[in-house]
Amino acid sequence: MDKYSAFGLAKHAAGYHENWQQAWRSPNPKQHYDVLVIGGGGHGLATAYYLARNHGIRNVAVLEKGYLGGGNTGRNTTIIRSNYLWDEAAHLYNLALNLWEGLSQELNFNVMFSQRGVLNLGHSLQDMRDIQRRVNANRLNGIDGVVLNTDEVNAKVPLLDCSTNARYPILGASWQPRGGTARHDAVAWGYARAADALGVDLIQQTEVTGIRKSSGKVLGVETAEGFIAADKVACVVAGHSSVLAAMAGLRLPLESHPLQALVSEPLKPCLDTVVMSNAVHGYISQSDKGDLVIGAGIDRYNGYGQRGSFNVIEHTLQAICELFPSFSRVRMNRQWAGIVDTCPDACPIISKTDIEGLYFNCGWGTGGFKATPGSGFVFADTVANDAPHPLAAPFTIDRFYSGALIDEHGAAGVAH
Amino acid sequence: MLLIYCPYCEETRDEDEFSYQGEAHITRPLEPENLSDTEWGDYLFFRTNPRGLHHEMWQHTVGCRKYFNMTRHTVSYEILETYRIGEQATVAPASADSATAEGAC
Amino acid sequence: MQINRLPVGGRIERDKPVYFSFDGRTMLGYQGDTLASALLANGVRIVGRSFKYGRPRGIVAAGAEEPNAIVQLGQGASSVPNLRATQVEIYSGLQAYSVSGWPSVNVDLMAVTDWFARFMPPGFYYKTFMWPKRFWMSYEHLIRKAAGLGWAPDGKDPDVYDKMNQHCDVLVVGAGPAGIQAARSASRAGARVILADEQAEMGGSLLATTTELNGAPAYQWLEHALAELRSNERVTLLPRSTVFGYYDHNFLGIIERRSDHLGLTNATGARQRLHRVRAKQVVLASGAIERPIVFANNDVPGVMLASALGTYLNRYGVVPGKRLVLFTCNDGAYQTAVDWHKAGQQVVCIVDSRKDASGDAVAAATSLGIDVIKGHALIEAVGRARVKAVKIAPINADATAVIGGLRNIPCDVVASSGGWSPVVHLSSHSGAKPVWSEQVLGFVPGASAAVLSTGSSKGVFDLRACLQDGVQIGLEAVQAAGIAVDGIDLPACPDLVEPVAQVQQALFLAPHKKPTSRAPKQFVDYQLDVTAASIELAAREGYRSVEHTKRYTAMGFGTDQGKLGNINGLAILANALGQSIAETGTTVFRPSYTPSTYGAIAGRDVGELLDPVRCTAVHRWHEEHGAEWENVGQWKRPWYFPQPGEAMQDAVNRECLAVRNSVGILDASTLGKIDIQGPDAAEFITRVYTNSYLKLPPGKCRYGVMLHEDGMIFDDGVTACLGENHYLMFTTTGGAAGVLSWLELWQQTEWPELQVYFTSVTDHWSTATVTGPNARRVLEKLCTDIDFSRQAFEFMDWREGTVAGLKARVFRISFTGELSYEVNVPAHYGRYMWEQLIAAGEEFGITPYGTEAMHVLRAEKGFIIVGQDTDGSMTPQDMNMDWVVGKNKAFSFLGKRSLARSDTARANRKQLVGLKTHYPNTVIPEGSQIVNNPNEPIPMLMQGHVTSSYFSAALGHSIALAVVKGGLQRLGETVYCPQADGEMIKADIVSSVFYDPEGDRHNV
Repeated sequence: MDKYSAFGLAKHAAGYHENWQQAWRSPNPKQHYDVLVIGGGGHGLATAYYLARNHGIRNVAVLEKGYLGGGNTGRNTTIIRSNYLWDEAAHLYNLALNLWEGLSQELNFNVMFSQRGVLNLGHSLQDMRDIQRRVNANRLNGIDGVVLNTDEVNAKVPLLDCSTNARYPILGASWQPRGGTARHDAVAWGYARAADALGVDLIQQTEVTGIRKSSGKVLGVETAEGFIAADKVACVVAGHSSVLAAMAGLRLPLESHPLQALVSEPLKPCLDTVVMSNAVHGYISQSDKGDLVIGAGIDRYNGYGQRGSFNVIEHTLQAICELFPSFSRVRMNRQWAGIVDTCPDACPIISKTDIEGLYFNCGWGTGGFKATPGSGFVFADTVANDAPHPLAAPFTIDRFYSGALIDEHGAAGVAH
Repeated sequence: MLLIYCPYCEETRDEDEFSYQGEAHITRPLEPENLSDTEWGDYLFFRTNPRGLHHEMWQHTVGCRKYFNMTRHTVSYEILETYRIGEQATVAPASADSATAEGAC
Repeated sequence: MQINRLPVGGRIERDKPVYFSFDGRTMLGYQGDTLASALLANGVRIVGRSFKYGRPRGIVAAGAEEPNAIVQLGQGASSVPNLRATQVEIYSGLQAYSVSGWPSVNVDLMAVTDWFARFMPPGFYYKTFMWPKRFWMSYEHLIRKAAGLGWAPDGKDPDVYDKMNQHCDVLVVGAGPAGIQAARSASRAGARVILADEQAEMGGSLLATTTELNGAPAYQWLEHALAELRSNERVTLLPRSTVFGYYDHNFLGIIERRSDHLGLTNATGARQRLHRVRAKQVVLASGAIERPIVFANNDVPGVMLASALGTYLNRYGVVPGKRLVLFTCNDGAYQTAVDWHKAGQQVVCIVDSRKDASGDAVAAATSLGIDVIKGHALIEAVGRARVKAVKIAPINADATAVIGGLRNIPCDVVASSGGWSPVVHLSSHSGAKPVWSEQVLGFVPGASAAVLSTGSSKGVFDLRACLQDGVQIGLEAVQAAGIAVDGIDLPACPDLVEPVAQVQQALFLAPHKKPTSRAPKQFVDYQLDVTAASIELAAREGYRSVEHTKRYTAMGFGTDQGKLGNINGLAILANALGQSIAETGTTVFRPSYTPSTYGAIAGRDVGELLDPVRCTAVHRWHEEHGAEWENVGQWKRPWYFPQPGEAMQDAVNRECLAVRNSVGILDASTLGKIDIQGPDAAEFITRVYTNSYLKLPPGKCRYGVMLHEDGMIFDDGVTACLGENHYLMFTTTGGAAGVLSWLELWQQTEWPELQVYFTSVTDHWSTATVTGPNARRVLEKLCTDIDFSRQAFEFMDWREGTVAGLKARVFRISFTGELSYEVNVPAHYGRYMWEQLIAAGEEFGITPYGTEAMHVLRAEKGFIIVGQDTDGSMTPQDMNMDWVVGKNKAFSFLGKRSLARSDTARANRKQLVGLKTHYPNTVIPEGSQIVNNPNEPIPMLMQGHVTSSYFSAALGHSIALAVVKGGLQRLGETVYCPQADGEMIKADIVSSVFYDPEGDRHNV
């Protein structure tokens, strides 16, 4: 692997950049893999990378029906935080946050993890009780966070309307300084390049059309280019999880919804943190390029169309104009949608299935990007050992039968 | 922005008037106490979530407040029919993967 | 000085001078100018700096595709960032500022040399800035400062915006020749038509053409055609209106700029209006955008699109230079050179890539003495702040290599044309995937059952063909909209003479003597400094998917969304990958077509109209008596009633003590109320509540808890039997709407055989809770037809009677633990009744109290508030309310089965208990977590959390409700609440009922 560095850049500049290596190969699939990872988004690529790096399993392929990182990885609003309420979720997301902090160096690819902090606003007394509860739980779980009052919020974000006569005045916020944003494409590319260097085959433009199994054990997958055998098949396909599950004769506790987002035209720096509001229902940050990156709530209907209804955009911009009255004259440059797989308790499923050798990592809903490194880490472990990683154990499918749900709607109520 | 025909009002109205209620035709078990945790969990949480034709329930929330069913394509978002509670769908999913109409992506 | 303005010509109004300023310099233009045409007229060459390299940039285009001339209008709160000068109409006093370059566009200290620029290939930031690890935030700070275009306004938007819902048979997008013809034929069939166009003036390409229609200037025909549409009342013309998005089921968004051409703000109405259109049929006549040809240093100011130069010349009478070199691979661009020549300017030469170029266009140019140099390419522009010369060279037949020596040709303006790209954005939004056409050399709209395209937006470039096609498509549109077209008089097509166009050559990147990686920069996307070499590098590094290339190089991410450069970029990528453009495909087009103002999309639903405010009938009284407010759902509820000089805690203590010692009064009107009737009402209610209502007789009330099917509490309240088959269900304030939908869901979908009907009556009744030891005496003063004695009117009874002369329902239920009556009268009498109760209670010191005191009083009694003490994960057993769960009900009530699941039935779940602090004045902050061992290291094992916590004036110490793991088995144990400041609040687990545990006080 061509090591990236300022020195390397200078060397290549002298050669007019004519000698850069490919970031990853484009191999033809082998006939058999130890593990097939279906889904070449951030989570799938991270899973493949950690299988190779942590578990020495290098006969691995990632199958992607489109291009790497082209699903929700490349469509989300890139918010990273770990301030989840319940212990199970908090520990999982905090593993991810810890990994984020060294990810650029580990992958030798700058994922531009920007720890600019995340504000979750409170607009009612109950919001503030919930914020206190969550921040206290975070602190006792070793996760950074403080509760800010209105003035402290305003000092961090001067353009925010903190007046008391707002329809839903800002009463305070939780503040996680270690939270922030990252460059979404770079995460996919960084993991792809690092996994490729460890021998993982990245196979794009190859859609899985069937899962072959025999007497309760998975044998491999069917693709348009033919059958690929595998000892284990790990599905990490977000909004399309139910479709893959159906190929194996399974149903999942998931519904796929469009989740919309939009960006403004680039502006000079005017917003230095991530601001999220459940009650007024929008969230916003400013990218390094200067765009205001804004997220909406999900469209309520099931949809695989990667587009949603305009009223969601209207409601979201009402929220943004309410929170930031001066952004009313800013303009929407582009809007789009991803397909999110929502779980009844707003927590993921990281689980074996009743079919031997078939695993699912799904249900991240609106909050998967921030978990990418942690998700790949524990899922690789789960697949490698055919047993849940301790941090993944609470997230098996069994919880939907036992009732041990981990209800994070409070912390994840607004999409992010 | 969907345009929805309410089979009770017999009018086509904007999506804004309706609220989505999830997969249709999920019948509550008559004797829940006789079900295992697994069977009960299946009823509670597990859904078909197809990429293609979907039978789903909506409520005309700011209209007649009636619940009704709809057959809709989850990729093209085309609505093939709406029908009253108790009636049968006339359009059925063709196969496991009936996603033919690829939307913008 | 308008040094570049011709003495005559153009559609500007020369008798209406307009003074405006750019970067503080005042200039003169004319009514009808865009900011771009006025700047060019005034000789302004540099309008911006490129963001990565700081290179000077000038105006390239004349429309929505302009990448460089991005300006800020005005300053302060009414400022508007990032407008394209090509789309800004000038008005008197307009102040525009360039948004890039520091300290100014003319002197940019950040401009980097080409040598240094070599260290910034695409994606360089992915490969560097990683060490030292902590420094990224500092690097990022610098990068953020360098990026960004305009500035966000610094205050609240002074303008308002509104919306209109529109319905039409046919929406025609774009009022060029094809769109106008489509609108004419559709409207002649009687259709309701909307014709929207982004420009101030309708006409599209006709506004800048020198082609005559019916032997007269085109605008005469245009005026005639528009007059016809204007006179038809079924036609709505929307100029200055951009159709920015095409959504499902023929919903389209249009933003109409109503006052932006007059000034920054609109004092008399909406600045912009969002038209939310439902069209039966849509006709897309959105035109086409000319492609520049990419060559070295093609970003030097003075290098423009051929059609833009023609537009500035013909429409605005502006000639931004004297000596023109035109570079083309097609016939269409020749007209610009001809017009330039006829305007008395010099055409140095036309450089045509086609070796065998011939035909009408070439003949027309040569007949004027214009030098046409065939089989050549313009390979490089010379100059930095303005173009001074170009280098041209002979090229091979497929225009991929330079095959001869260079010639240096002095000039001061360069026009290029690589052909035209149909605007397929909206058809793409609607789901039709664009298809590459080798004939058009562009993407054309994909097949779609729903959408019709016409004119150049589908690749028809001849004017005559556009005019004819528009008529035909308009006809098809009305038929598709279900309107009969028999015998309509179709609009005629005007006579015109058009040169016969020869085949154009596919030329996207002009070859250079050096390989692309070593040639001077050949820009593809100006705004983001994406070069041909960048794209080749992306391909070399494996970013082969067009989406990868786009994302790696940032091509098309600018405010022009790649309108100018993307097709060239795709072609360069395809070439680098050795595949066709069709195989390479295009990136996806998404709304907005051009940027849309947030405020216009938000409309009026901001500020106080963000969400409706609900007020009770007594609201004004509360206001007059100094209430502080709490938002509860959409409701405004009095939080507490401070007296002058009183702090919140003092007020709450006073209010609580009044209830405990004498009598208080609460406005409880916000509680949800659902009237339930029908022969099966009792059975139904029994199925949705955990307890039974089958034997509840008229005159009696019962408290119930409602579960979702997962067994978790989601609402609670009292239900009264009003009569045979008639009940009134109270819900929580915030839960009312959800409960009604829940009841309807089960009745309509699962139990339609149950005859039961629901009506929301929340707003019909005004409710006053009179509570405290003296409550009975207050009521007895106002009501003589109800016997309030303990025996006659028991706890959990209700009675109908006359209170203060009003017909009232009085419920003896208690949320305070005191003797308590809830008096309900029709809402219109709410304030009257309230005042009568206050007057009657005066002798007892009746005290109005708010939600805070209500919370304290109920917490003293251990009564839960759903949503505060529960959180969607709590069962009735968790809340220590097993008593409310019917054990012998015939029907398996909603949620019952879930209570028996292995985890839900587990012991040691979190359970509701009380906490009593060791220091009586210490109020544990709500939301505090609870641990067993204060000395445990982090992460600590949390046992639960404090849900409600107050100082109880009645008890003289603090009280708290909490949920604690296995808490009901742990009464008497000590736990700790670690605080952020390190304090460990020590508390004992106690019963959740702090006050009057026997319930003696309400039972009097």
